[in-house]
Amino acid sequence: MIRSNLLKYSLAATLPVTLMIVLTFVAPRAARADDGPRVIEITAKRFGFSPNQITLKKGETVKLRLTTEDVTHGFFMRALKIDEEIDPGKTTEITLTPQTAGTFLTICDHFCGANHGNMNMKIVVE
Amino acid sequence: MKDVDRRSFLKIAGTSLGIGVLYSAMPAAAASGEVGAMFDAWGKKNGERVTPFSFIQLSDAHVGFNGPPDPLGTKAFERAVEMVNRLPQRPDLVLFTGDLTHDSEDKDVHSRRMKQFLEISGRLNVPLVKCVPGEHDAGLDGGALYRDFLKETYYSFDHRGVHFVALDNVSRAKPEVGPEQLAWLKKDLARFPKSAPIVVFTHRPLFDLKPEWEWFTSDGDDVMNVLAPFENVTVLYGHIHRDDEHELGHVHHYAARSLIFAFPDPEKAAEKKPIAFDKDQPFKNLGIRVVHENVAGKPAVDTASIEDIELTAQEFSGINGIQQILRNPSL
Ligand SMILES: [Cu+2]
Repeated sequence: MIRSNLLKYSLAATLPVTLMIVLTFVAPRAARADDGPRVIEITAKRFGFSPNQITLKKGETVKLRLTTEDVTHGFFMRALKIDEEIDPGKTTEITLTPQTAGTFLTICDHFCGANHGNMNMKIVVE
Repeated sequence: MKDVDRRSFLKIAGTSLGIGVLYSAMPAAAASGEVGAMFDAWGKKNGERVTPFSFIQLSDAHVGFNGPPDPLGTKAFERAVEMVNRLPQRPDLVLFTGDLTHDSEDKDVHSRRMKQFLEISGRLNVPLVKCVPGEHDAGLDGGALYRDFLKETYYSFDHRGVHFVALDNVSRAKPEVGPEQLAWLKKDLARFPKSAPIVVFTHRPLFDLKPEWEWFTSDGDDVMNVLAPFENVTVLYGHIHRDDEHELGHVHHYAARSLIFAFPDPEKAAEKKPIAFDKDQPFKNLGIRVVHENVAGKPAVDTASIEDIELTAQEFSGINGIQQILRNPSL
């Protein structure tokens, strides 16, 4: 039998990774990488993300720019404290500076249809 | 009155049939003086004295699902209904913890699936069937179709002195209950004494079981905080297509197996993929779980024991194996 408690869970969720995440919603525009953090474009479409894996460097600040080609999707990774919606016609930006190496399975957590349960991608931090 | 551990008063014994879970709510009311007096006191406060009864949890029938992990469609669901109907002791109640249907973007198709679910569950020979939606029932349309057929997605009712709370953590499309429902829950529970026996049933786990597999509810902690003052809380859920038991604080959380296909153990499996159907052993992933919680007569300790018994060939011959287990629940 597995025993635990809520406190343990919440600690487990916050301890491994400390990140700074800044979220803003802006109108779609071309990515500009020359005068700021590296920009990574991610497109959501039922039932996957493209690309389905990105690799970040520990300590490097990057900006994820998320858009959807069809319906609303979610973008969720508990340990990285990412919990966002990607709405049609909008761009969701996430600025993050991962401090812990690892592979973080990031899921769509906004129900989007039959194969929603397998809609995910990997964020690899080296 | 002597200070007895109140948690021992509601004994929820769950017997998993592999295709559902039979629970017996057996407050040790039959027992002696002090305990009986406590139940009388509860009865005055709660409006109804707790009397022993049993109920079933069924989950995740996914009516309309058609695919390799289960080419038999509604067969397991129909079999579960037959089994419940053949139980030697008729349960008072069947709780269905979501994903009654498999989603379809075609409203007519989804509607037909819901009707088929109601037709099959309508064969249950029990006085009361209560449901909550899963994301496959209510995730695409905010619960509109579900409400057309089954009215509210969250509600509560009392049965023989036990307060049942149905929570909806799917129809906002995200794994969450939401502020309105939390406010409702606080109000709903306000009239109860701390010792009131409460059974919460919902679709997704109310804690972080495996967030990367979407096995969580983002505001589950808020729900558990509202329930925290209550001493006799049991949470039943589905969604994960496998049996599971977690004790968090003094609350036990139980998941029922699904009626369609099983998911593997998240601690061992690399990815969330249904366990493959095996036509030679169609019930390979079915099993029996017996849970004894705070067995009456023993010292009141906050423990539960689980026994997992894999079904043998005997199980294929029908209800006999099940009845054996039920006849001797203290195996
Ligand atoms: Cu999605």
